[in-house]
Amino acid sequence: MNENEIPEMPKDFGFGPDEEMLRDLAKKLLDQEMPIEKMRRLVAADPAATYEEGQRPGWDEALWRQCIELGWTGLAVPESEGGAGFKMVGIAALVEEVGGHALASPLLATLNATYVLREAGTQQARVGLRAIADGASASLAITNQRGAWDHARPDIVATPKDDGYVLRGSAYFVQDAFKSDLFVVQARLEQEGGGEGQGGGSILCVLRSGTSGLALSQDHIHDLTRDQATLVLDDVMVVAANVVSTHGVETLDRAWPAILTTVAADLCGSSEWQLQTTVEYAKTRKQFDRPIGFFQAVKHPLSNGMIAIDRARSLVYHAACCIDVNLESGTDAGFEGALQNARMAKSAASDAGRFMSDRSVQLHGGIGFTWECDVHLYFKRSMHNQMLYGDATHQRRALADMIIGKVSSDAG
Amino acid sequence: MTSMNQDQIEFQDYARRWLEENRPPAPRERLPITPLEIMSEAHRDYLQDWQGKVHGAGLVGADYPVEYGGFGHDGFQRIANQEMGRARTPMLINIVGLNMAGPTILAHGTQEQKKSLIPGCLSGSEIWCQGFSEPGAGSDMANQQTSAIPDGDNWIINGHKVWTSLGHFAKWMILIARTSKHHKYDGLTYFLMPIAGHAGVTVRPLVKITGESGFNEVLFEDAIVPDNLRLDDVGKGWTVAMTTLTFERGAAESAGGGGGDSAHPVRRLVDLAKNTWRDGRRASDDPVTRDAIVERAIIAEGMRQNGRRARVPALCDHPMRLPLQQKVTGSEFVQDNARLGVEIAGAHSTLYKLDEAAPDAGYWPLAYMNSYGHTIAAGTNEIQRNILGERVLGMPKSK
Ligand SMILES: Cc1cc2nc3c(=O)[nH]c(=O)nc-3n(C[C@H](O)[C@H](O)[C@H](O)COP(=O)(O)OP(=O)(O)OC[C@H]3O[C@@H](n4cnc5c(N)ncnc54)[C@H](O)[C@@H]3O)c2cc1C
Repeated sequence: MNENEIPEMPKDFGFGPDEEMLRDLAKKLLDQEMPIEKMRRLVAADPAATYEEGQRPGWDEALWRQCIELGWTGLAVPESEGGAGFKMVGIAALVEEVGGHALASPLLATLNATYVLREAGTQQARVGLRAIADGASASLAITNQRGAWDHARPDIVATPKDDGYVLRGSAYFVQDAFKSDLFVVQARLEQEGGGEGQGGGSILCVLRSGTSGLALSQDHIHDLTRDQATLVLDDVMVVAANVVSTHGVETLDRAWPAILTTVAADLCGSSEWQLQTTVEYAKTRKQFDRPIGFFQAVKHPLSNGMIAIDRARSLVYHAACCIDVNLESGTDAGFEGALQNARMAKSAASDAGRFMSDRSVQLHGGIGFTWECDVHLYFKRSMHNQMLYGDATHQRRALADMIIGKVSSDAG
Repeated sequence: MTSMNQDQIEFQDYARRWLEENRPPAPRERLPITPLEIMSEAHRDYLQDWQGKVHGAGLVGADYPVEYGGFGHDGFQRIANQEMGRARTPMLINIVGLNMAGPTILAHGTQEQKKSLIPGCLSGSEIWCQGFSEPGAGSDMANQQTSAIPDGDNWIINGHKVWTSLGHFAKWMILIARTSKHHKYDGLTYFLMPIAGHAGVTVRPLVKITGESGFNEVLFEDAIVPDNLRLDDVGKGWTVAMTTLTFERGAAESAGGGGGDSAHPVRRLVDLAKNTWRDGRRASDDPVTRDAIVERAIIAEGMRQNGRRARVPALCDHPMRLPLQQKVTGSEFVQDNARLGVEIAGAHSTLYKLDEAAPDAGYWPLAYMNSYGHTIAAGTNEIQRNILGERVLGMPKSK
């Protein structure tokens, strides 16, 4: 619970002129290139096409190429591997803008894959990082069919063969899979006879989207601003030299604070959009001869929404800052602190997202219940993000072990 | 901790050392939760003595100009407050003086007023109270009926103030009174009113929900205040009062922010839960209780980080957005913690201060009841939510 100050936290969360410029440029670009009218046309032109016929909603690939030109794929890639090596606190602020524009893009997936490769630290991971810095998008294929967030038991199995492994099985809930060039795949090690490897270990490797034996099966999701798929591997051969990490679970664990913080930042951005849009409506929509924002049943929840968002935002910057500090020092205590703060950020951001999603629809009245009103785009993106990598209560359950201690066994 | 300059680092070391070496012995009788419930003269003397010492050591009034009894530093007070909190030293008794009267006089006072009144405010030798609320003027504070009529170089005060915290010990009151019936807001004037032993002033205690006192009603019957104790211009009372309220609602960083019971509130809940048995297991093993405690921890950390972010303009959309939230979040944090403590304590939460079997000496039900003082005083949280919605988000005024 951070009773003791973490030593030497940088001033201003480490958010300096470079980070400010990064965020402000992102905001300018997205204000210009992805106004809400365009978003709506792109992703929500035809409800039946998406929800009845199963077409994937559109996205602006040209804009994404522009983002690549600006170096967005390499934001979190260290400079030594050709990236920009930006601090997490700057990236979090940029992701807020992305969430605020509900941008359909592989940015979040790519950042999260980057954090995993960065933690793997192997030569092979560096190859992947360089590809990302060069503009490749990437996504994590680490979740099993039960949707467990602890990545302890992947459904993809790696069986040793010759000087490598044969990979077989599926990873589920793969984010923006159809927009990704690379997949960071986790596979459970299995002995030749069929038994599990020592300690039930797992490996991570990078596969290209065109790899033979790799197929994507589209999920039909409610969120219109991303895609999701099951990644199916049918006897894909990986040579040992191409394995990125032989300690899959630990590597993913170490990247977890950054992954949670990224999603939390997106939630803060979308919640702020919901707040401002609903406030604007409350100022203009008149009933009983007054703007509805006059009524405290409208006004007070919006004040509460602001409080919830601000709590989440401050926790996101703090978590990001802890991650940045820990990236340099890399102590166990530093990691625990980063994880604790990231879980707090994700919990608070999920709660803020849920509250603002709820009020943004309700306070728009009938129009808020329609496809015509843009609030549904953010409602759905937020709902998806609230759940992703563990919702608010999931995070608090894990935090309880850290703050209170594990459930004891004594009875009386 | 955001980074500090060399002077501030040295000051922090000094403060820490001084507080370590000068911690006072505990008072004979337990202190109440906040200075607003102090009733006994023994407590008053004990706390006045302590404030005099910390002021003497430069830990109170650190950022005030030297000529007004301060120490002329910049950004030291926040550090001193933090250190007093960490050292868990006693509360500062003159909180109305330090958080409200002092900064208001500094902002609006004449040279003479500042020189004669601020030093006693900082040292705690002169206790202040606030006379804003009246029976008919609470949330609608401008509805003041207390009148001030000019009489040569004096003003004659008549009226009735209520909920006056510390009025029973106060030498001075910051007072707003009506000088014109024709203008609701522009008809108000701000005075620095002598209280203790002053002719025409009666102070009567009122009893709180907790059974404690600490606030009062104050009656003025032809009480006289000289014109040189008027603060700022006639008719400017509303504006000056707004200055006071701004300081009151953001008190954590001012001279009165230090000391008091700041044992980490979440740690306190964890300890309670670990020591409470229910249905054959510790309350700390109950998933619902665990979730509720962690929720408190997240809010605590969020407030801390809000405080840090408020000093980073590039990460704040509106300069008042975070500062104006502080009163709501802080008071509800205290309230929700106390309520959770009551819930965890279960059957034992029925036991009050006097009962020896009461967990934490009856703190939980007492703190819970007392917490409504925080959500009501200093502008109720409903009014605060109006202010957030109107001043920060720009929605139309609810009146
Ligand atoms: C412990 C304590 C100490 C205090 N100390 C002092 C002191 O030292 N000096 C001093 O001057 N005053 C003091 N006060 C008074 C305090 O400032 C007032 O109680 C407060 O401003 C509310 O006024 P009221 O009690 O008249 O309630 P009212 O204004 O009558 O409010 C009653 C209820 O109506 C709600 N309400 C009123 N108007 C609105 C509105 N426009 N929109 C929505 N809801 C509304 C309120 O939120 C409240 O819930 C103290 C109060 C307490 C509890």
